[in-house]
Amino acid sequence: MNTPRAATPSGAAHGQHLLTQMLRVRRLEEKCVELYSAAKIRGFLHVYIGEEAVAAGIMATLDPEDAVVATYREHGHALLKGVSAGSILAEMYGFQQGCCRGRGGSMHLFDAATRFYGGNAIVAGGLPLAIGLALADKMAGRSRVTVCFFGEGAAAEGEFHESLNLAALWQLPVLFCCENNLYAMGTALSRSESQTDLAVKAAAYEIPAWPVDGMDVLAVEEAARRAVDAVRGGGGPHFLELRTYRFRAHSMYDPERYRDKAEVARWIERDPIDLLRATLEGAGRLSEAEWAKMQRDVDAEVSAAVEFAEAGSVEPVDELLRFVYSEIRSP
Amino acid sequence: MKTTYREAMRDAIREALTRDDRVFLMGEDVGLYGGSFAVSLGLLEEFGPERIRDTPLSESGFVGAGIGAALGGMRPIVEIMTVNFSLLALDQIMNNAASILHMSGGQFNVPLVIRMTTGAGRQLAAQHSHSLEGWYAHIPGLRILTPATLADARGMLWTALEDPDPVLIFEHGSLYNVAGEIADDAGAVDITSAAIRRPGNAVSLITYGGSLPTVLEAAEQLAGEGIDAEVLDLRTLRPLDTPAILATVAKTHRAVVVDEGWRSGSISAEVSARITESSFYDLDAPVGRVCSAEVPLPYAKHLELAALPSVVRVVEAAREAVGSHG
Ligand SMILES: Cc1ncc(C[n+]2csc(CCOP(=O)(O)OP(=O)(O)O)c2C)c(N)n1
Ligand SMILES: [Mg+2]
Repeated sequence: MNTPRAATPSGAAHGQHLLTQMLRVRRLEEKCVELYSAAKIRGFLHVYIGEEAVAAGIMATLDPEDAVVATYREHGHALLKGVSAGSILAEMYGFQQGCCRGRGGSMHLFDAATRFYGGNAIVAGGLPLAIGLALADKMAGRSRVTVCFFGEGAAAEGEFHESLNLAALWQLPVLFCCENNLYAMGTALSRSESQTDLAVKAAAYEIPAWPVDGMDVLAVEEAARRAVDAVRGGGGPHFLELRTYRFRAHSMYDPERYRDKAEVARWIERDPIDLLRATLEGAGRLSEAEWAKMQRDVDAEVSAAVEFAEAGSVEPVDELLRFVYSEIRSP
Repeated sequence: MKTTYREAMRDAIREALTRDDRVFLMGEDVGLYGGSFAVSLGLLEEFGPERIRDTPLSESGFVGAGIGAALGGMRPIVEIMTVNFSLLALDQIMNNAASILHMSGGQFNVPLVIRMTTGAGRQLAAQHSHSLEGWYAHIPGLRILTPATLADARGMLWTALEDPDPVLIFEHGSLYNVAGEIADDAGAVDITSAAIRRPGNAVSLITYGGSLPTVLEAAEQLAGEGIDAEVLDLRTLRPLDTPAILATVAKTHRAVVVDEGWRSGSISAEVSARITESSFYDLDAPVGRVCSAEVPLPYAKHLELAALPSVVRVVEAAREAVGSHG
């Protein structure tokens, strides 16, 4: 593991913003687990607890018109891209007020307004989509960036390799964000890859790539800014390996036989929220009152989201067959 | 004017590229090589490498990229060399192209066209000869086209590109060299209805794609025996034009479905089921079927021919349906 210190934030307001963003994800995810236990949410549920610094650091560097493609562990990415917590929770309730009217659920959050392209539950299935989104931007001469999040497990799939190659071959504006939390369900990276250094794989495709301490949001943000600027400036695809860890089970059905509690405890010592909070407090950039208020605000947002979801309604069954084909034919 | 199926398809691509600058063609060897079946020959010189885009051997990657580009506002035409190779892209076709509109609650449609070669008859054996369009027709969210005539080869593409949702076009390999006349101003055609290719009263021969020439030849032979067969070309396998199927059965009271796919779980099974579900009392005979033998297609010519629907088998099935055993 890396040094247990977060880098120094550039300003109190910005540091607090990042802390707030991570806390919003943490509290929303904790609420999801609670609601799952209460059987309000069903299906598969994968939470991002422990990995918040990755999404928070990267999203902080994006423009609203940049696109994001993510996986089934994407509640936090959706939230930080700008999808409301209420519409995320309502989606998981299966209600028509959800961002996908209850058609997608936890693993398939989509939002056109914020250019959030899922929510892909096929490991590595989102990478080719990101290639195409970036290709469209390049062909149309737009300077947007497409950011593609995926777990380290995706590196074993063919679609990962096909996509990295295409992105590099065509010099597409894509940022690959590999969230290396060391496990793909129960399979440790070392048990699935002959080459466990993921940046080396990207480098083999001539893609600039480097590892980042994914528990340190400031380090993530700094690396992401460098990479996003390069991609936006026409520097072709870039690849970040974000070294992180999930504190919770893979999903709600995971007895965690594949890792020991001591390992989990060691990583929790570097909880990304605690790390930044300590740094900010140490630098006099976060008072006790400010921290208390931050928590109150976040709790209020989550409570409001639950209220919104609770007040939701199911789509009438006679709409079952909608959204198989477009309802508006193009001219 | 004179044309071939291949040239008609090429003219359709050229017209699309000319009419809409969001359109581009991508696939393996579509550019410098000129297309593995020479459909895109010459287009690279005309439109350049951005719009006639050669890809690596990455079916899943470039089909997915086509989906992403469609989401990003383009109108891609993705070419897959043959249907057997499309299996490497099945994840993207099924889990993304066909599903994103629904998963996103109607927010993201995928205006993508995928073209591929299908079918047997050229001794290409068990990894280049199958007819899997019926499989694809199983998938809600896709539209499945099987142009069998020169006019459809010329006209279906543009209509497919105007469709807001993913459309798969299956081009039977034995059709590319078919030559004939089409109207000088041939252009877009509808992609929703089946078409009567030969009117008749005695029995309905229902088919599509590469089997159409076989079935038309069989119908001519049957006419010589006094059996006046009607030939219905399905044209679109999903959604099926059920009213057209039921209408021809209401007229002839007898049906034979001819499908180069395997019989079990095939599009012929679906057509037959729809007839019995809705027109059972119109029938004067059981619905007959002529399909490929249930074997991975063999290389040897005599075995391959024995496995495929043939004029002889269609004629026999039609005689059986009309109760005349020649
Ligand atoms: C193609 C495919 N194979 C298997 C699965 C089942 N599966 C779901 S998540 C997962 C592990 C993926 O691990 P990783 O990519 O590291 O992401 P993480 O869950 O750690 O965020 C597996 C195997 C799947 N969803 N898709
Ligand atoms: Mg993982």
